[in-house]
Amino acid sequence: MTDSDGSKASKTNVARTKKRNETRMIMRQPVMMITILAVIILLILFVVYPLVKVFLFGLTDENGGFSLANLVEIVTTPKYLATCGRTLWLGFIVAIISTFIGYVFAYTITRTNAPCKKFLRIIATMPILSPPFILSLSIIFLFGKQGLITKSLLGITGNDVYGMTSLIIVQVMSFFPVAYLTLSGILQSIDASVEDAACNMGANRWHTFWTVTFPLSLPGIISGCLLVFIQSLEDFSNPATIGGDYTTLSVEVYQIITGSYDMRKGSVLAVLLLLPAMIAYLLNKYWVNKKSFVTVTGKPTQARKMIDDPGIKWPLFIFCMIIAAVVILFYGTVIFGSFVTTWGYNYAFTLSQYQRALAYGMDSLKNSIVLGVISAVIGGMFGMVIAYITAKRTYYGKRFIEVASVLMFAVPGTVLGISYVLAFNSKPFVLTGTAVILVIVFVFRNMPVAIESGTTTLLQIDNSIEEASTILGADSGYSFRRISLPMLKNAFFSGIVYSFVKAITAVSAIIFLVSPKWNLVTSKIYTLFDQAKYSQAAAFVTMMVAILLIFIGLFNMVINKVLAPKSRIPAGAERKTEESV
Amino acid sequence: MSTEKTSAETLGRKSSDVILKDVTKIFQQPDTGKEFTAVNHINLKINDGEMVTLLGPSGCGKTTTLRMISGFEYPTSGEVLIGDRDVAKVPPNKRGISMVFQSYALFPHMNIWENIAYGLRVQKLPLDEIIKKTNAVIDMMQLTGMGKRFPNQLSGGQQQRVALARAVVIEPSVLLFDEPLSNLDAKLRESMRDELRALQKRLGITSLYVTHDQSEAMAISDRVVIMKDGNIMQVGNPSEIYAFPNSRFVANFIGKANFLDGTFIGMDGTTAQVKIYDQTFDIPSPGKMDGVKEGGACCLAVRPEGILLSAMDGRLQGRVRRATYYGAKIEYEIMLHEQPILVEVYTSQQNKVFSEGENVFLSLVSNSVRVLA
Repeated sequence: MTDSDGSKASKTNVARTKKRNETRMIMRQPVMMITILAVIILLILFVVYPLVKVFLFGLTDENGGFSLANLVEIVTTPKYLATCGRTLWLGFIVAIISTFIGYVFAYTITRTNAPCKKFLRIIATMPILSPPFILSLSIIFLFGKQGLITKSLLGITGNDVYGMTSLIIVQVMSFFPVAYLTLSGILQSIDASVEDAACNMGANRWHTFWTVTFPLSLPGIISGCLLVFIQSLEDFSNPATIGGDYTTLSVEVYQIITGSYDMRKGSVLAVLLLLPAMIAYLLNKYWVNKKSFVTVTGKPTQARKMIDDPGIKWPLFIFCMIIAAVVILFYGTVIFGSFVTTWGYNYAFTLSQYQRALAYGMDSLKNSIVLGVISAVIGGMFGMVIAYITAKRTYYGKRFIEVASVLMFAVPGTVLGISYVLAFNSKPFVLTGTAVILVIVFVFRNMPVAIESGTTTLLQIDNSIEEASTILGADSGYSFRRISLPMLKNAFFSGIVYSFVKAITAVSAIIFLVSPKWNLVTSKIYTLFDQAKYSQAAAFVTMMVAILLIFIGLFNMVINKVLAPKSRIPAGAERKTEESV
Repeated sequence: MSTEKTSAETLGRKSSDVILKDVTKIFQQPDTGKEFTAVNHINLKINDGEMVTLLGPSGCGKTTTLRMISGFEYPTSGEVLIGDRDVAKVPPNKRGISMVFQSYALFPHMNIWENIAYGLRVQKLPLDEIIKKTNAVIDMMQLTGMGKRFPNQLSGGQQQRVALARAVVIEPSVLLFDEPLSNLDAKLRESMRDELRALQKRLGITSLYVTHDQSEAMAISDRVVIMKDGNIMQVGNPSEIYAFPNSRFVANFIGKANFLDGTFIGMDGTTAQVKIYDQTFDIPSPGKMDGVKEGGACCLAVRPEGILLSAMDGRLQGRVRRATYYGAKIEYEIMLHEQPILVEVYTSQQNKVFSEGENVFLSLVSNSVRVLA
């Protein structure tokens, strides 16, 4: 903001004046002002403060003095450097493969008239809702020492399933949906007439693809790669369970902190993990999205002519079906595994895995659900509030709210976990070991989706609707409750569902924060892995799938009941209108 | 009729006047950073119960003025008085006024009844009072029986009525209209316009109406305010403005006008003498003649219906370039020397019809000619 350049300086001045004016307008609305201040304070406390704490902790010694010793030690230790390299390399490979698969799915679904598109769409989105550990479990079930394929089918004994290859397979299957969603959005929004124009000028399909479709979707491809890269970097549950010797940063951090209780070294490693994730996130948000060629005109374009050429359609379709088959095989294996007496020896049907699992971790399952629901509802509402106070106004501090409120989204869970441990285990804020800290983590980490969908919705609502409410005497709080919130129903719902799913499937963010009193199901499952009780873990994971499906349905029902527009008029009024008809 | 009267009486009358004192609004353009004066030191008084229209081309500052009265914009300087209270810095929801929006801005998730009752619910009135007032307005606006419908189930005219009902039910001291009829088709616009005016008169609410449609402004208002580039050009009742425009801009903006350039010779009593095309014309009521100097340039502003055509006699001679038949009237474009002159002839069935290329004589109806700078 310290531009010496003349025109830029005056531009900043203008922005400042406008901001000053609107800030003044807002200061006259007490409800609004208090809300904004409260949001800023909460964001400082639960987003900025913990992150600052991690940085500070990594850069100080035991006496609290500034020191680079930890950083130097990490950077000069070959073991840690190798870990960094492995993490980035894995992210890179997974990003490329996932984006390729995502692109093929997106292209097949948006451009060809291949059959079973609905099925393919489900396959390409479902893994986003999937609980953690599920794919690691099935790769162990299928290819491990007792593997269904390795041992029972091929007769290989003692196959080592742990390592980079398994990790790549599992991560690709987990994260290609992220790339698919980004790419199908981009491919759909490319105006059909642009491609038709290329075709009309004599280009064949192949040529059209490489000269028009591909370049236009390039921002989507890069965006998909970056998003998958972030996911791979952040991932804790897969590398921790099937990575074997291929340790990644998030696992290393966990081992340092739980193994040697070295919070300082852990903090430095966490920062090393945070940086590439942050860079990728910012690149995607501010660079790739600006490069996008896609323009939304609001003008209905003519229907796209789907590719019917068998030479294009069927190879794409078969590729997608193979991926789909693998996805189904993996998920099916886990469900199957949860009903089996002893994997690898005795495949007899049993419910005992469930009995044992519940006996072992019934309370943690309950905790996960209760805290998940609480945090989802709070996060959903808080997200709507933030969307409301940022979507259509400018004032001092708005930029801070916008950035800070989505920051935790980009922060790897492991880093988040450490930062909360560091920030809230000593006075003045002692929260570790409580349920409160878990709820807070979930709220601030999962809120960005609610904010984003809320903002999009609000931007589509005509300003005058809210002005109408204001001029009729309503203050901003009343307008929000009666006007904006009901219209935000869908955004609210998607925010809640996302928050809930993420809360009960979270692993890395909560692994340092759970306590014997407040344990969560994911950390219990992780313990089962350590004890090699895979079938019990499978039972848990299957239950989680069921719970997720039930709760999504339940949320949907509640939201529709509570917020649906009701055409009711007061009893007295009705009688009168009926009479005068 | 009797029910309408009682409905109107159910609503109390809390109307008050509005005064703008030296109000200025300066915006800064977000891209260039230049200051832009949207409203430039304007003074205006809207009397209690009066309907005043702000009229002008887009960008003239009429909407900004309205928004400063509504409170959605605060003036850079100056006072906005509603009644005796300076509300320049009072937020919109504390002003006790109401507004009808261009897009109606009905709440899509509420039924008609709740839309209309919204402002009353905000005031937390007792339910029986809310019911009484809401139902009264519903009856008055002929929306009876539609309470349970949603806005998207109504026609454009009905939506308009709901917007109006919602605005008047809270008994505002001032009612603002932001081009409320521009979304309706031409026929409906006229009938809604009359309905709106009738309602405003009956309730006697001080009203400010913004439009860029001059015929709408003429038909609906007690007084019209013509604005241009943030300034008020002229204020007056519709017939004053039409008959005595004080500038070429106003003459041209309200209705059509021909401007015949000439020289102002001087006054003979109240009659002005103007020379055009080497002939001297006596103008018995020349208007205020702001900025016209003796011996200096001036022009005669003549409405298209203020010129008579004849095949034989008249002081100016021209040739018909275009004749357009409209049924009730014929519109001629006549070349007078090098200048095209617009002439409208009504009762076309009794007068001679000239065809294109014919020579005609023009005479000015001297009482309807004004002298402008």
